[in-house]
Amino acid sequence: MSSQEIGQMAHLMRRAGFSATRDELEEYVEKGYEAVVEELLHPGDPQNLPDDIIRRYHTEQSELRLSDGAAAYWMYRMITTKCPLEDKLALFWHGLFATAYSKLNQARALLNQIDMFRRHGMGNLSTLLVELSKDPAMIIWLDNNDNHKDAPNENFGRELLELFTLGIGNYTEQDVKECARAFTGWTLGNAEYMASRASRDSIWPYSRIAWYFQYRDYDHDDGEKTFLGETGKFGGEDIIEIIVRQEATARFICTRLFQFFAADEVDDAGEQVINSMIQSYWDSKHEIRSVLRTLFNSEYFKSDQARFARVKGPVELVVGAVRLAGSYTTPTQGIEQVARQAVYMGQGLLQPPSVEGWHEGIEWVDSGALVERVNFVAHEISNVNNPGVRRIIERLAGENGGVLSPEVLVDRCLDLLGPVLVSSSTRKSLVEYAARQGDLHLTGHETGDEAEQRVATMLGLATSTREFQLA
Amino acid sequence: MVASQKSPNLVVIQLVGANDPINTIVPYGNSLYYDFRPNVNMKPEEVLPINDDFGFTPHAGPIKALWDQGKVALINGIGYTNPNRSHFRSMDVWHTAQPEKIATEGWLGRAMRELDPKAENVLTGVNFGRGLPRSLGCRGVPVASVGNLETYGLFPDLKDQQEKGYALEAFAQMYGGAEAHDAVIDFLGQTGRDALKGADILRTAPAKYTSGVEYAPNGIAQSLKNAAQVMFADLGTRIYYTSYGSFDTHGGELNQHGMLWDDVSGAVGDFYADLEEHGRENDTIIYIWTEFGRRIKDNGSGTDHGAGGTAFVIGNQVKGGMYGEYPSLKEEDQLEGDLKANNDFRSTYTAILENWLGLDAGPIVNGRFEAFDFIAK
Repeated sequence: MSSQEIGQMAHLMRRAGFSATRDELEEYVEKGYEAVVEELLHPGDPQNLPDDIIRRYHTEQSELRLSDGAAAYWMYRMITTKCPLEDKLALFWHGLFATAYSKLNQARALLNQIDMFRRHGMGNLSTLLVELSKDPAMIIWLDNNDNHKDAPNENFGRELLELFTLGIGNYTEQDVKECARAFTGWTLGNAEYMASRASRDSIWPYSRIAWYFQYRDYDHDDGEKTFLGETGKFGGEDIIEIIVRQEATARFICTRLFQFFAADEVDDAGEQVINSMIQSYWDSKHEIRSVLRTLFNSEYFKSDQARFARVKGPVELVVGAVRLAGSYTTPTQGIEQVARQAVYMGQGLLQPPSVEGWHEGIEWVDSGALVERVNFVAHEISNVNNPGVRRIIERLAGENGGVLSPEVLVDRCLDLLGPVLVSSSTRKSLVEYAARQGDLHLTGHETGDEAEQRVATMLGLATSTREFQLA
Repeated sequence: MVASQKSPNLVVIQLVGANDPINTIVPYGNSLYYDFRPNVNMKPEEVLPINDDFGFTPHAGPIKALWDQGKVALINGIGYTNPNRSHFRSMDVWHTAQPEKIATEGWLGRAMRELDPKAENVLTGVNFGRGLPRSLGCRGVPVASVGNLETYGLFPDLKDQQEKGYALEAFAQMYGGAEAHDAVIDFLGQTGRDALKGADILRTAPAKYTSGVEYAPNGIAQSLKNAAQVMFADLGTRIYYTSYGSFDTHGGELNQHGMLWDDVSGAVGDFYADLEEHGRENDTIIYIWTEFGRRIKDNGSGTDHGAGGTAFVIGNQVKGGMYGEYPSLKEEDQLEGDLKANNDFRSTYTAILENWLGLDAGPIVNGRFEAFDFIAK
């Protein structure tokens, strides 16, 4: 097994998942790159703990009405899932079709939406968009319950075109109006009550009633509409069928997928990859799975140039660190604190700041967020009692009789944490730090002794590098 | 009064969870209060009277003392039209000064951008607490969020100071070198250096600080003590922010609300005394706000979400008094069972921004609002 193969697999798992331990990477490499891509694209049983077991440990994850418990619940799934792409892609759609707790006051409805992303996120885009348009959380979030035959509300219709599919400049104001008309009557079973509760919230917003989609024929504008140059008595499904046929939609969705999974900035080589993703979109009749397959199997994605080309988002960073450290594989108390860490870094799950989602790339990082990022990851990865950290120490103790020169200590830590590729000056600083204490002797080490602490501190320092902030 | 030599400071306290204005500034002279609040009320003999109609909760003694000295402006009936009774949405409205649509830039973040347009000082705004309140959030504006001033900074887990020193040195080296042709790596380097700089400067504050004031051990008092430490260290900080709660008193209100106000008013009283001890009382105002008020009628043991509230502006340069009419309790004047707001919160923001910080408020608060006249000229 070559270090090149490990490096490539680690890259795939950082992007299509939430990072992986060295043991996991070795198993994946055994299977082969393309086989692993297929496995990721065909999620089976995520092997999460059953909800009723989780609830025994985490009462706040019982009702799932409040945002903190619900965010922790989703994060716990991300940390333990065996189908990481399913949840990584749900996180992508959550950022793109950003729906927030702030207006809903009902986290269960949001988790239902996330579950819908798991079911339809890799499938046909039109199915996903129809499900999205019927999703109760989305209906309340963008006021489609106020979109009536005689009084259209354009909020959902506009964002569907501007932020979710075509992108600005690819439709007219008239298209927005016609789109909104087509979605009149797409509402909730108890829309009036919900609308009044939405703005008159008190102790129990609308938590005790089921939210469900209802199509009201009497409130639907069945008149003729002209949308993106086509004319007919269009309903919502017809509008979506027209949307998914647009070149602008294909480019928009493929570009956003590229930026989330491949690189924050699109260069010329990236543009070529996006073009082949678009081709897969047409060939597969709008299937996201095919688009992702093309991306992950592209030479661009597999090459060195795509590595460390994204700033890790807070959720990615937190979940990745916890998976690496192995600190929450059982329902340990404190998972709600872990979810809150991502909030401190600027990303609250289920709480995107607006319908635009989060600003990604370097905008994730300011000085306050960087302090939180470094301290959190160092805390997880410097705890020698965490199973993932113990595995790293065991590996190091088994190499070269457990004697490591400062250079070897640094190189092996960087390798087992990723591999993380650092600049020569970063490596030099780490080696100087390690050299103060000379060679490390792990022979006969015991949990928490000085030798182990040296490894732990080095792991913490290695994760505090600029390079570790990148995926 | 000595003219201030220093730049004006703003200290903001957010009462999270919606403070009950009716049991804070109690309309004890109005029999309707006792009709609507048969269970969750304060007796006339308990309140700290302002006049025959209104009085402070007995748990606001230190603030009442400042009121008696003419240093407290009460903004009654504050809010916005079409109030939203969801905590999160309403907080966002106040944070972003935008009730009509969902916005992202915080009003104080925008103010900081005006105060320090080139972002030269990484400490122009400091939040005392974890995570950044949206009021302070604004693209490109650095803000420090300090959970605990004593341990603030990188690697708090390293308890050995020498060991920590070596780690920080390594960090400084790793974030110091410019890497050729990589804008992201360079940006991260700058950010890391800013973080180190901010932490290094902030760490000096507690060491420089001496005071005869002894703050209580609760969260709000410690946060205001940290604010005082940073202020007296003269680090160029202008905006100080902290939050306290939860004021979401649906049940057991009298007990919980009383304890919270003991903490808040005690902390404000101590902080003000600290300002005086250090001769900074003319440089600083304190603004206290909450996302909405609570229902007029009690629910047996607490109160549910309401609308109009009361905000406080406190300081030696504040003209004390009642601003904004206290909303009527009469059934026909209520808004769906709530106090009806009669002044937009952005009138208060405008007064603070223009008359205290000397900024043009319009672009910050998304419109022109008549400023209250509570800042002494």
